[in-house]
Order: sequence, then C-alpha cells, then structure tokens
Amino acid sequence: MSPSMMWTVLIGTSSLSFTLKMLGHSVPERWLAHPRLQRINALIPISLLSALVVAQGLVVKAHVVIDHRLAGVLAALCALFAKAPFPVVVVAAAVTSALVYHLH
Amino acid sequence: MPATPRSTVRDAFSISLTVGVYGVAFGAASVAAGFSVLQSCLFSLLTFTGASQFAAVGVVGSGGAAVSAIAAAAMLGTRNALYGIQMAPLLQVKGARRVLAAQITIDESTGVALSQAPLGSDAMRAGFWLTGVGVFLFWNMFTLLGALGAKALGNPASWGLDAAVPAAFLGLLWPRLETTFLRLVAGASMVFALLVTPLLPAGLPIIATVAVAVAVGWRPR
Repeated sequence: MSPSMMWTVLIGTSSLSFTLKMLGHSVPERWLAHPRLQRINALIPISLLSALVVAQGLVVKAHVVIDHRLAGVLAALCALFAKAPFPVVVVAAAVTSALVYHLH
Repeated sequence: MPATPRSTVRDAFSISLTVGVYGVAFGAASVAAGFSVLQSCLFSLLTFTGASQFAAVGVVGSGGAAVSAIAAAAMLGTRNALYGIQMAPLLQVKGARRVLAAQITIDESTGVALSQAPLGSDAMRAGFWLTGVGVFLFWNMFTLLGALGAKALGNPASWGLDAAVPAAFLGLLWPRLETTFLRLVAGASMVFALLVTPLLPAGLPIIATVAVAVAVGWRPR
C-alpha cells in the first residue's frame, strides 16, 4: 500500500471512529435502540475478530497458507485455555512462531 | 463534588494500566503492517478504540484496500455509539467537554462507569472519566513503546510478530466467547472467512463475515 493510502486509512478510521462516538452522545436513544440493531451489533465484534484471526494467521494475499504463524496461533490458543494473561498469550505466540520460522 | 470512593479510583487505575499495556501489541502490529511510528501513535491518539485500530492495521497487513480497512474499523466502532447513548444522560456535558467525553467513550470507561452503579451516579461519572483518561494515557504511551520496539526489531517474521498479531486478535476474542452460542458464531465466522478467502480480494473476507453476524442476529433467538 502506498504512503498516501496509509494516511487515508489513518484519517478515515480516526474520523469515522470519532463520528460514531459523538453520534452516541448526540442522537435520541430510540434511534439506535432497535432490538435487531442491538443483537447484530453485539455479534459484529465476534465475527470480525474471528475473521481477523483467520486473515492474519492463515492467509497470504488471497490464499490460505499454513506456515509458522499457525504454530504461534496454536500456542496462543493453549495459553488461553491455560487462562494465561494477554501479554503471555501474545509472547507465547511470537516465541513459538519465531522458533518454527528459524528452524524450518 | 463529593470525594470519589477509593474502590472506584482503584478499579479505574487497574483497568487503565492493564488495558493500556495492550498498546504495545497495537504499536507492534501497526509497524508490522507497514505504518510508521508516527502514524501508529496518531492511530492511538485519534482513533482511540482498540479493536477498530487492530482491525484497520490487520486489514492493511493482510493486503486489503484502504476502504476495507476503514469499513472494518467503523463496524467495530459502532458499539461506542451505543455506549455513548448510555453515558450521555449520566454525564450531562456540553461543548468541549462533550467532545472529550465522546473521544474516551470506549469499552473500559463505559464498563467501569456501569459497574459503579451501586455507589451512585457521582461514582459512575468518576469511574467514566478516570478510566477513560487513564486508558488514554497508558494506551498512547505503550503504543509508542510497541511501535519503537517493532521498528528496532526489523523483519516481523524473525521475531514472531506476524503470529503475535493474530494471537492478539484471539486474545481480544476469547473473553467474549461466554456462551456455546457465541463460540458457534465465532467458529462459523472463521469457517466463512476461510471459505471466501480464495473468492474475494484481500481484506474483503474480513468485512464479509459481518454477514454471519447479521444472519444470526436478524431474528431473536
């Protein structure tokens, strides 16, 4: 991605994020209180974060690729099952992935 | 203004520090995706909502278009609007203070404010402001550290940074999977994302999984 596109992402993300926050403080409650909107809104983070795990852990460009990153994600999964705190989860993934990357 | 309960200050501080440390992961992820240290810091100052920031740099890192990155971030930011609706009647602020309140309306400030309900509205307001400002300070400080650290390390794969990013997403997802139903939604979203990956340009599969959330949430269970 070109430098100007990077700035576009930064400015677009920041202004939309702020607009959404300001919207909540400004509009009457009933506008956003529709039950369907609330149900979908509660599920969106789960769907998007799930997709991001897959996109970052298993995809290169538009192809599914199994490489050192998967080892890292599996290490993170083990750490989460063991109730490890967030920094431990991330470091476990990084160390495992780096080991596989260098040994492979 | 009455004295703020000590437990409110303690809650606000511990949440601020714990969440702020995640900023290291964001700074590192942002630099690994190709953003500069300055851009990474501006993300945390201006966007200031963790999941959206991670999503934007995540889409860029996976080769997606600018529009996909912004759309993914915006969809994750919609919940802040719902938080604002809950916080506005409590805070009763106008003008510049309302702009400040809006910028720090995030998961943590809203969560701490709501959790102080048994102590009264003054404690709720104090919880909101202390947590919002606290997270803002720590999040930005740790973003800088993470970005500088990643910059110094060089090749992301060599240090496992390319796996730290999906692990961070998994870490953000994990605490939300409270019920079997939500775990099924997560599983279905992952399968869906994998299936559409070869069919869509990079970045779009991430946005497309919102279809899963819409389909599942359309009717009451």
